[in-house]
Amino acid sequence: MHDKTIAGLSAGLAAGEFSSEEATRAFLERIERFNPGLNAFITVTGEAALAQARAADQRRRRGEAGPLTGVPIAQKDIFCTDGVRTSCGSRMLDRFIAPYDATVVEKLNAAGAVMLGKTNMDEFAMGSSNETSFYGPVRNPWDLDAVPGGSSGGSAAAVAARLAPGATGTDTGGSIRQPAALCGITGIKPTYGRVSRWGMIAYASSLDQGGPMARTAEDCALLLGAMAGFDPRDSTSVDRPVPDYLAALDRPLDGLKIGLPEEYFGEGLDGEVGRVVDAAIAEYRKLGADLIEVSLPNSQLAIPAYYVIAPAECSSNLARFDGVRYGHRCENPKDLLDLYTRSRGEGFGAEVKRRILVGTFALSAGYYDAYYLKAQQIRRLISDDFRRAFERVDVIAGPTSPTVAFALGEKADDPITMYLSDIYTIAVNLAGLPGLSLPVGFVGQRPVGLQLIGDYFAEDRLLNVAHRYQQATDWHARAPGAFA
Amino acid sequence: MSLGPAEVVKIAHLARLAIREQDVPAYARNLSAILELVAQMNAADTAGVAPMAHPLDMVQRLRADEVAEPDQRARFQAIAPRVEAGLYLVPKVIE
Repeated sequence: MHDKTIAGLSAGLAAGEFSSEEATRAFLERIERFNPGLNAFITVTGEAALAQARAADQRRRRGEAGPLTGVPIAQKDIFCTDGVRTSCGSRMLDRFIAPYDATVVEKLNAAGAVMLGKTNMDEFAMGSSNETSFYGPVRNPWDLDAVPGGSSGGSAAAVAARLAPGATGTDTGGSIRQPAALCGITGIKPTYGRVSRWGMIAYASSLDQGGPMARTAEDCALLLGAMAGFDPRDSTSVDRPVPDYLAALDRPLDGLKIGLPEEYFGEGLDGEVGRVVDAAIAEYRKLGADLIEVSLPNSQLAIPAYYVIAPAECSSNLARFDGVRYGHRCENPKDLLDLYTRSRGEGFGAEVKRRILVGTFALSAGYYDAYYLKAQQIRRLISDDFRRAFERVDVIAGPTSPTVAFALGEKADDPITMYLSDIYTIAVNLAGLPGLSLPVGFVGQRPVGLQLIGDYFAEDRLLNVAHRYQQATDWHARAPGAFA
Repeated sequence: MSLGPAEVVKIAHLARLAIREQDVPAYARNLSAILELVAQMNAADTAGVAPMAHPLDMVQRLRADEVAEPDQRARFQAIAPRVEAGLYLVPKVIE
């Protein structure tokens, strides 16, 4: 049961081979057995999951089932879930029981998906290794001494270890794609505005975007079809029909123009990762694609600009955590200022504090033009680079991450080195484009991801390009030995 | 740009963030390193480049001025640290 994809589970449920209750129990048992070693889940909602599963089975008997009805999934703990703790990986929200469902949760519930629990993550989605979580690090199922990536590290590890066939993630600078790459699964960050951010705890509002993580592009297509769509409650949600992502999957790749940005294959890319990525690109040539060199000349400016824009937005967004209305409150505050500063000082971890401080500094009087305005101008240059590239090519391909998963603790004390692991993913968020990572091989026992970047709202094309590769290869079907 | 301990304390105050005294030097070091990374932006000539605040060219949607949310005060206050008679309690502000 546990090795089935979402498509496989969906087919089995439809054929009556097993019930949702049976499938849900199987995954809950896996979680009970393996989660203590992996720490992929912060909260497991077993009873609620079985109730949802039984409701899904009844719905199926009434003939009202859709493709996701009865399929168990996991939710990143950044999405508000009515009546269930929503911690965002932070002490600040350790006892926060969300009073409503995020739109993404509401939509997946409406599709009949069964929520197994809430997955671990870097605190407030700030991190690339899942080591900033208040609940402790997640381990990489391929190598327990390695990080799973972040910030959606719990979702990635849960899917890779077959504790859930699919999960939600969010991506502000690479937080779906990088952990997908490091854990050997498939994940897509949609175009900004494609998936509602309502009820998704905000980190950097002009960059944050939710998306699916699963083993295959087909499964991501199934999940994204249910998650995407206009939401009047999110003022940045785009009112545009959701295409049938499944229908587009099988389109042949003959004549597909794949752009290879020279900046993504130079200094900084691990040689062995580069060879695996080159082999994947060679496979695309066999599948009929034309390879075209492109240039994204402002790539090296993405990380510097991001570490102004994201902290600036985070310092503003996280101002809401004041110890008054919800979240952590310090003991015996002596006055209102003490209540604010100590509640926040105790509730936030070191990386969150660093980013709040950087953002506060960048937005403080006298520094706005030198930092925030400059970063926004660079954001335009980066976006223009992509616009020019997409005049010549259909998709852009390159490595998702410059290295495979690194060791737990290796970069934990050095924020700058950690930031550089998002070097190929951040520009995509700045431009607001969709990006996908799919597994294309290994260095040793650690997986390598290929990133595919598409033009605005070309999620269907990205899923199609990933799916055709997965029809021709079996990297996506490999399971980590201890969890096969 | 590098930040000293006094500047870190000032920024932490602006951010209403308590930082332990013994951690201030480490924050000063880390924040200075981040600002050094950020300073790489200065290599780019951005004269005349229109700043981009948002990835999509879209205008703020407006909606009719109608009540759209029901009253959920009791529900939302159930998760507050301290409330009384429908009010959020904080330390005394005015003597």
